[in-house]
Parts: sequence; C-alpha cells; structure tokens
Amino acid sequence: MPVSSSSSSLIYGCLKDAGVRIMSALPETWLVHLIRRAEDDPEMTLVRLAKEEEGVGISAGAHLAGVKSAMLMQNHGFLASVNGIVSCAQLYRIPLLMMISHRGEFGERDPWQTEGGGVTEHVLDALRIPYDRLDSSDHVARRIAKAQTLADSASRPVALLMCRDLMWED
Amino acid sequence: MRRLDAIHAVYPQLERCVVVTIMGAVAAELQSIGHRPNFFYLQHAMGLASSMGLGIALSRPDLQVVVFDGDGSILMNLGALTTLARYHPANLVHVVFDNESLLSVGGFPTATSTGTDIAGIAAAAGIRRTETVRTMDTFTTAFTDALAANELTTLVAKVEAVGPAAFVTDLSLLENRYQFQRYFREHPAQD
Ligand SMILES: Cc1ncc(C[n+]2csc(CCOP(=O)(O)OP(=O)(O)O)c2C)c(N)n1
Repeated sequence: MPVSSSSSSLIYGCLKDAGVRIMSALPETWLVHLIRRAEDDPEMTLVRLAKEEEGVGISAGAHLAGVKSAMLMQNHGFLASVNGIVSCAQLYRIPLLMMISHRGEFGERDPWQTEGGGVTEHVLDALRIPYDRLDSSDHVARRIAKAQTLADSASRPVALLMCRDLMWED
Repeated sequence: MRRLDAIHAVYPQLERCVVVTIMGAVAAELQSIGHRPNFFYLQHAMGLASSMGLGIALSRPDLQVVVFDGDGSILMNLGALTTLARYHPANLVHVVFDNESLLSVGGFPTATSTGTDIAGIAAAAGIRRTETVRTMDTFTTAFTDALAANELTTLVAKVEAVGPAAFVTDLSLLENRYQFQRYFREHPAQD
C-alpha cells in the first residue's frame, strides 16, 4: 500500500513525544499505519469510534481528567464533528489536538473525496481554528510540538492537516 | 417518578463520584439540590455527555464516574453506546433519564414516546448490565447496585416530563469547567 509507513511512524513518534496517551480514531486509508502503531503500543489507549464527533467528548473528558489525547480522522470526519468542536471543545476551552488526513487535494483520484478537500480549510478558518499543514517530513516534529504548545496555551482546538505529499508514496 | 426526586434520592452517593450531566433541565435540577466541584454540566453539545464520561472513565479508572443523560441526547449519539460497550469501563454508570421528551426545548416527544427502548438498544449494542426502572424504589436500588457492581451499566429511568421553570443558573460554564478540572488535580490517582 502506498501509504507512507515512515511518515506515519514519524508522526506517531511526535504525538508520543507531545505526551499523547489516548488516541481516538476512525480509520481511513491514510491512517492505517498510524492506527496500527497505536494498536501495538502498550502505552497508548486507542479508542475506536463509531463516529468522529464522539472523539471530541472523549478528548474533553480526558483533558479535564488530566490525560493528553489526540483525534485521528480524515477531513470528512472533522466535518462530521463540527458541532462537538464548537459546542464542547470551543465553548469549554478544551485544547483539542486534531490530526486530520487531508483528502481531496491535487492528486486525489477518488472522486468522493474531492468536495471535502475543497472546503476543509475554509471550515477551519470559519471556526477560527489555528491549523498548519504537514506535507514534508522536515517540519513534522516541529509543527506537531508547536501545535500542542498552542493548544495548551490557548486552551483551544488546533488542527494539523496530514497532506498527500507526506502520507502517500506514488 | 419525577427526575428531581430521583436525583435527590441518590444525591448522597454522588459525593464520592465524578458526575457529568447533559444540558438544560437536569443540570438545573442537580444544581438546585446542590452543586459540587465534582459535577460537570455539559451545557450544549447534545449527545457527548456519554462520550465525556468514557474519556474520564478511561483516564481515571480509580474514580467512579456517573453520567446523567437524556433520551433526546443519547438518541443523537447512539453510536456512543457501541463505543461504551466496546471499552466497557467498570467505573462508569450511565443513567438515562427518559422523559420521552425534549423537555428543555418545549417538551416535544422523542421516539421513546412511540416505543423506542433505550435499554434494549444499549443491550443490543453490547452493554451487559442494562435495566429500565419506573419507580423511586427500583431506581434507588438499581443505582446503588450499579455503583457496587464494578461493571459498566446503562440504567434507564422512566421519569415524568416535568422540570424546573428556568435552566440558566448562576454557575458560569467556564467556572464549572475549571473547578471540575481542579477536582481531578486535587484528587490524584494513588499508585
Ligand atoms: C445539536 C443540537 N440540536 C438541538 C439542540 C437544542 N436542545 C437543547 S436541549 C434539547 C433537548 C434535550 O433532550 P433530552 O436529552 O431528552 O433532555 P431533557 O431536556 O428532556 O431533559 C435540545 C433539542 C441542541 N442543544 N443541540
């Protein structure tokens, strides 16, 4: 499978370094290696969701109870979680770290991903969620660490978009 | 059974628990009996109280977590029952006050008023301890047993569709949030 195993390992290691110990996830192709890493890691509690919005509640509970968490989802899962993000994470100032695989950009072959690809960044902007793109292994470690730092200092959701150039090896 | 009376009956047992409620009527009722720093009221985000309870229960297995959910709220996040069942935290008691209505927004009937059985859905989702109760005595006994059971329980309490006159209370959302977070810090896990 052309999903980058080395980029997935790099991202996973950085999330561990950021202190993440609960990961909620709903799979999609680009996330398979990340989820496998979480499955195999005895230090990680992997919570498999039925729908991504649940992950917002789980992360909010974990944060208040003192455990760092992250959500792993594709951009359509982010779109499916918007009310939870607004009415739980933003309303209650939860430093939610969202790791979003950014499907539907240049190079996308699956027609069904293309609408979501075009609106994801606009929705993040509309929600005033700070985000950055992960598209090269050079900056992955720095951007994940900085995203977690801002989430904690601002006590707000932040997002990292895991992009094709990083996640997919054609 | 009135929900306010039911909460009153088990209130002393909530002192040692971490409690998450849904918004509106139940939050105002619990606060009218007496707010505590270990009570959190999720004043929006319908459906996520059960997910928050799961996040807390997984993070702090040493604490007993209680969720006060509503029929309208859980119907909005039925998948959460399957996630609860999957991780079945032993320290979580999930109470659904089923008044067959969206009481906090005008009292319009929910699907439980036409036969939807939430305890049945929870059981079919894989939650092994489920029960529906309709009287004060059976509620108090079932809640007490659930706390002692050391097994995930979804307890559906059929209650009258009545509530307080007003839902906004003196406790601000963020005050509640930071107080609640501090409660965990002040009660660290002993290992
Ligand atoms: C997504 C969303 N839709 C609608 C509402 C409006 N709303 C607030 S409380 C409520 C009813 C909650 O019903 P239930 O969980 O049964 O609790 P009850 O009010 O009956 O105690 C609704 C629909 C909302 N908060 N969020």
